Amino acid sequence: MELLQQLTFLERGVLAGLIIGFICPVVGAFLLVRRMTIISEGLSHITLSGIAAGVLMSQTTALLAFINPLYTGLIFSLVGSLLVEKLRQIYKHFQELAIPIILSSGIGLSALLISMSTSSYSEWYNYMFGSIVTVNLNDLLFIFMTGIIAMLLLAAFYKELLSISFDQEFAFTSGISVKKMNFLFSVLIALVISMSMKVVGILLVGAMVTLPVAASMQFAKSFRQVVFLGILFGEAAMIGGIFFSYFFNIATGGMIVVTGLLLLIIALLINKIKKIMNSYRLISSRKEIVK
Amino acid sequence: MNEQSRPLAIDIDQLSFAYQNQNVLEDINMKVPQGSFLGLVGPNGSGKSTLIKCLLGLLTPNQGTVKLFGVNVKKFDRWNDIGFVSQKANSFNSGFPATVFEVVSMGLYGKVGLFRFLNRKHKQKVREAIAQVGMEDFINENIGQLSGGQQQRVFIARALVSDPSLLILDEPTVGVDAKSVTNFYTMLKKLNDEKGITLILVTHDIGAMSEYVTDVACLNKCLHFHGNKHSFEENKEEMMTAMYGHEVNLLEHNHDHDHHHHHHDHDDVRRDET
Repeated sequence: MELLQQLTFLERGVLAGLIIGFICPVVGAFLLVRRMTIISEGLSHITLSGIAAGVLMSQTTALLAFINPLYTGLIFSLVGSLLVEKLRQIYKHFQELAIPIILSSGIGLSALLISMSTSSYSEWYNYMFGSIVTVNLNDLLFIFMTGIIAMLLLAAFYKELLSISFDQEFAFTSGISVKKMNFLFSVLIALVISMSMKVVGILLVGAMVTLPVAASMQFAKSFRQVVFLGILFGEAAMIGGIFFSYFFNIATGGMIVVTGLLLLIIALLINKIKKIMNSYRLISSRKEIVK
Repeated sequence: MNEQSRPLAIDIDQLSFAYQNQNVLEDINMKVPQGSFLGLVGPNGSGKSTLIKCLLGLLTPNQGTVKLFGVNVKKFDRWNDIGFVSQKANSFNSGFPATVFEVVSMGLYGKVGLFRFLNRKHKQKVREAIAQVGMEDFINENIGQLSGGQQQRVFIARALVSDPSLLILDEPTVGVDAKSVTNFYTMLKKLNDEKGITLILVTHDIGAMSEYVTDVACLNKCLHFHGNKHSFEENKEEMMTAMYGHEVNLLEHNHDHDHHHHHHDHDDVRRDET
C-alpha cells in the first residue's frame, strides 16, 4: 500500500514533468527569436513573491487557509509579465531595464514576505529548487489547467506570434494586431513560469525555457525544427532528470537542469564534429580534383 | 483624363505629420489610381518612409486622412490586398531560424485564420510566390544564409503571396547589387503590366527607376510634383532644383552619364575577364 502511494506520487510528478517539458521549449522558442529569454528569470522571481504572499495569507488569515500558493504565484507572474511589457514601452530605448527592475523587486518582496511567514526552510527550498515528490493532486490540477490554456493559446496564435517575432511592421500590415499579440504573449510566459515552479523550482525555470531551444538551435534550419527538437530535448531532460534523481536520490529540479545542460553540451559537440567532418570532406574532395 | 476615371487605390487628403515639434510632412494631397506604377522619390530625410508608414496605418498623422481603396486606413481591414516590403526588411536578426518557405508563409498568416495551419492550397501558393521571384532552389534554406538581393526577393514573395492589389516597396534595392536591381525592376514592371497590381516604389535613385514607372511623385516635406512620367521628364530640371538644390542637380546629370558609362564598364570588365 505504501509502495503504491509512493508510486502515484512519482506518477504525478512524471506527468507534471512531461507537460512542462513539452510547453516550456515551445514558449522558449518564441522567447529565443524575440531575444527575451532572460524574461523567465525576472518573472520567476516575482512568482516567488506571489507564492510567499499566498503562503503568508493562508497562514495568517483563517478564511484564506484554502489558498494554494501556486495561484497567487500565477497572479504575480501575470502582473509582472504585463509590467515588463509596460516598462519596455516606458524605457523605449533601454528596454533591457525592464527585467532587472522586475527581478530585483521580486527578490526584495520575496525576502520581505518570507521573513514574515512561519514556514520551514525546507518548504522554501522546495519552491526554489523544485521537488517532484511534493506535487499533490491540487498542484497537478493546476499544471493541467495552465498547460491546457497555454497549449490552446499556442495552437491558436502560433502563426501570428511567429510573424510578429520576425517582423512587427510586416505583421501589422498583414492584418495582425501587434498589441493584442504582445499582451497574449505576456500571459503565455506568465502561465509557463508559474506552472513549472513546483517541478523545476523558481531558480531553475529559466533553464527549461532556454536549454532545450539552445540545443535545438544547433541543428534547426527552420522555426518549426527549433520547436520540435526543443520539445524533444525538453522531454529528454525531464525524463532523464527525474529518472536519475529518483535513482540516486538527488534533488529533481537540479537533476533535470543538469541533464538539459548535458544534452546541450552533446548538441554543441555533435555540431562541432559535423563541421570538422565537412571541412575535411571539402579538403579531400579538392585533393581528388587536383589528382 | 482617363487617369481620373480609374478607381483610387490611395487617396491622401491634407496630410501633415510631425515628430515632436519637427514637421516631417506638410499638407500632402495625393491620389493614386489603381493600376499605376508610382515612383516616390526624394532626398534622404524627405519624409518618404514616414509617408508610407502613415499610408499603412503604422503611424497616425497629426492632420488629414488616408484612404486605401476608398476606406479610411483606421478602419481598413482588407490587409490581404496590401503587400508591403519595408526598408528595414533586411535588418532582421540574421540568425533567425526560419526557412524561405516559412518567411513567405507569413504573408498568408493574416488570411488563414485562428487555429488553422496552412493547407495544401496555401502551401502551393507559397511555392508559386517563391517561384515567381526565382527563389525556388532556396525554398528550404535558412533566410539568414542568403545574400541581400536574395533576401529582398524573398520579402517580395512574402508581400506577393496574398495576391495583393497594391504593393508598396520602401527602398527595396538598398544593399542590392546593380544587376539584381535591374532584374528586380523588370519583375516589378511585369507585375504591373500583366497583373495590373498598383505599385508604389520609394527610392532615392531617380535614374534607375524612371525607365520602369508610369508616374512619379517628388517629395521633400511637401509634395513638389505628382504626375505621369512624361511630364516629369519635361519638368525634371525644375523639380530637381526645387528638391535637391542646384549642386545636386548637376550630380543627377552625372549620374545619367554614369549610367551609360556603366554599360561600357561592364563590357570592359567582361573583356578583361575573357
